[in-house]
Amino acid sequence: MIQETLQNYSEVRKGYFGKFGGRFIPELLVPALQQLEDAFEFVQQDLAFNTELDDLLKNYAGRPTPLTKCKNFLADTQLSVYLKREDLLHGGAHKTNQVLAQALLTKHMGKTRVIAETGAGQHGVATAIACALLGLDATIYMGSKDVARQAPNVYRMELMGAKVIPVDNGSGSLKDAINEAMRDWASSFETTHYLLGTAAGPHPFPTLVKAFQKVIGEEAKAQMLEQTGRLPDAVVACVGGGSNAIGIFADFIQDEKVRLIGVEPAGHGLHTQAHGATLLKGEHGILHGSMTYVLQDDDGQIQESHSISAGLDYPAVGPEHAWLYASGRGEYVGVTDAEALQGFKDLSRAEGIIPALEPSHALAYLHTLAKETDKPMNILLNLSGRGDKDLQHVLEEDKKLNPK
Amino acid sequence: MTNRYQKTFEQCKNENRIALVPFVVIGDPDIEISIKIIKQLIDSGADALELGIPFSDPIADGPIIQAATIRALHSGFKISNLEKVFNAIREYNAEIPIGLLMYANLVMHYGMEKFVQDCAKWQVDSILIPDVPAQEAGLITPLTKKHGVQSVFIAPPNATPETLEQVAALSQGYTYLLGRVGITGTHVDVETPLTDVVNKLHEHNAAPLLQGFGISKPEHITQAVITGLDGAICGSAIVNLLAQSLDAGDELTKTLFKLDDFMQSLKKATYK
Repeated sequence: MIQETLQNYSEVRKGYFGKFGGRFIPELLVPALQQLEDAFEFVQQDLAFNTELDDLLKNYAGRPTPLTKCKNFLADTQLSVYLKREDLLHGGAHKTNQVLAQALLTKHMGKTRVIAETGAGQHGVATAIACALLGLDATIYMGSKDVARQAPNVYRMELMGAKVIPVDNGSGSLKDAINEAMRDWASSFETTHYLLGTAAGPHPFPTLVKAFQKVIGEEAKAQMLEQTGRLPDAVVACVGGGSNAIGIFADFIQDEKVRLIGVEPAGHGLHTQAHGATLLKGEHGILHGSMTYVLQDDDGQIQESHSISAGLDYPAVGPEHAWLYASGRGEYVGVTDAEALQGFKDLSRAEGIIPALEPSHALAYLHTLAKETDKPMNILLNLSGRGDKDLQHVLEEDKKLNPK
Repeated sequence: MTNRYQKTFEQCKNENRIALVPFVVIGDPDIEISIKIIKQLIDSGADALELGIPFSDPIADGPIIQAATIRALHSGFKISNLEKVFNAIREYNAEIPIGLLMYANLVMHYGMEKFVQDCAKWQVDSILIPDVPAQEAGLITPLTKKHGVQSVFIAPPNATPETLEQVAALSQGYTYLLGRVGITGTHVDVETPLTDVVNKLHEHNAAPLLQGFGISKPEHITQAVITGLDGAICGSAIVNLLAQSLDAGDELTKTLFKLDDFMQSLKKATYK
């Protein structure tokens, strides 16, 4: 009965993916989101905006990024693995794509200040980059635990002129940084844009972030056609909030023969409490403005997520992934911390490319895929970021896993 | 079903004053003390109660209410405690309107319809879901209508005329008027009266207007009287008073005495 109500209700609504998505935020923030939606719809058709964005993406960020066919990685299996090299983008990850776009949008709306949340600091660094370039005032909310753990990223942000505010409330992690950014926005939206870092949150963020990340999949599709003469058999990407995955999936959703595989962080294992596998282990719920899947306890209180990679450590997921999962169009699987660590090492050793821990989850999953298939497959994998940021962390994890 | 809000607002009018509605978080600092605090609020002249359900991620709330929420969750608050709390309140006072403030995820997790049904059973008068704005009202209003519970919506000072019209049409029992932008309990002074918003809401026959956010001393209530509002909700100031008193190691009786003192000072200001 309730499901029906939801479905009937959502069919006529913008900002919904099936029954997921929506705009579940305090009434106070509705005008700010409406203003953003209007501006977003305007600039999509605006030649000047798109010319400026294209110029930044090409001459500042380094688009298009290459598509690299692996020479050695999984070469003894049926898989041919093509890496979409977002690790080569300025800033070291796909985040730069949509941050540049949202920073331009901020200027378009006549706002001068940007706030953002960050977990380990990648989105914060990307935001600091765009704000330094475009002359915007940047304030980054970061969980106090993360501030302590990620000192180099805090320094990067500060070097580029951003102000980093440690968040002590709650668990002092990413979700608390988002809570705090939303609270800031509730009193600052007249002059301030909330530059959300992933394809989650209230409408229009999931749609907007996808629109500015789908360049990944569009380029990759053309590159696959050029290099292999056909579409890939499967597109694989890691999923935390889900922006890199939706960015590479978007242009393939209509190509029903192309499998879309999202890899969630299984942390210590899906049978434990320590993971971030929101789709596989979460329940329907509402967090940070969106109806989606949410990790929660028996009472509906939001649970802490866990992942070896901070970029996947989030107890909710973008609503379009929720829809892809529920509708069966997308396949979602889990990869543990240990498996991801192995993926990290495997690619480094095989290809001379050190991946970030996030896409290392996607890389690790390919071992499973290779075992399952008995015929050759072309795999398009989003190498969403580079691993320099993770070296210290991997060293420490290694010591824990292999004490000598 | 008797409309407790209507009765209360009529009574206030007869007594030539506006309604005083205290807000506290259920289970802060624990269930037993929380029930005693609520009873004290009733004794101290609360015209209605606004009660928050602890949620791990209260995005609309400032540090004071967040801290209360954390205290409640740390002391072991469970949604299943609610029945006991409402039974205790209704046993003590059958007439006072009870409004609940509960974030969307908790309501969804409980089961939207089951929750609304249980609210009716517990004699809760209204539900306010702070992260369900008017444009998402379809999530809850068909259910509240069906089961005879009133659903309250928020009218912020920056809302468009269309939103204010929607809120006026949707909000039942009372209309929650935001005194200012921001989150709960973070500013000291209430900003200028909200004449435009108030006029607009009156134009659309909105349910009585209670101002929340920024009511922390008697002067703020005096201002609400001048603005022509029907009542004021005082939350963070009360929660803060309780927290400070408990922190200072006061005996509960002393805390309740301080609470009564503060309530009396607010109550005085409600008279026109």
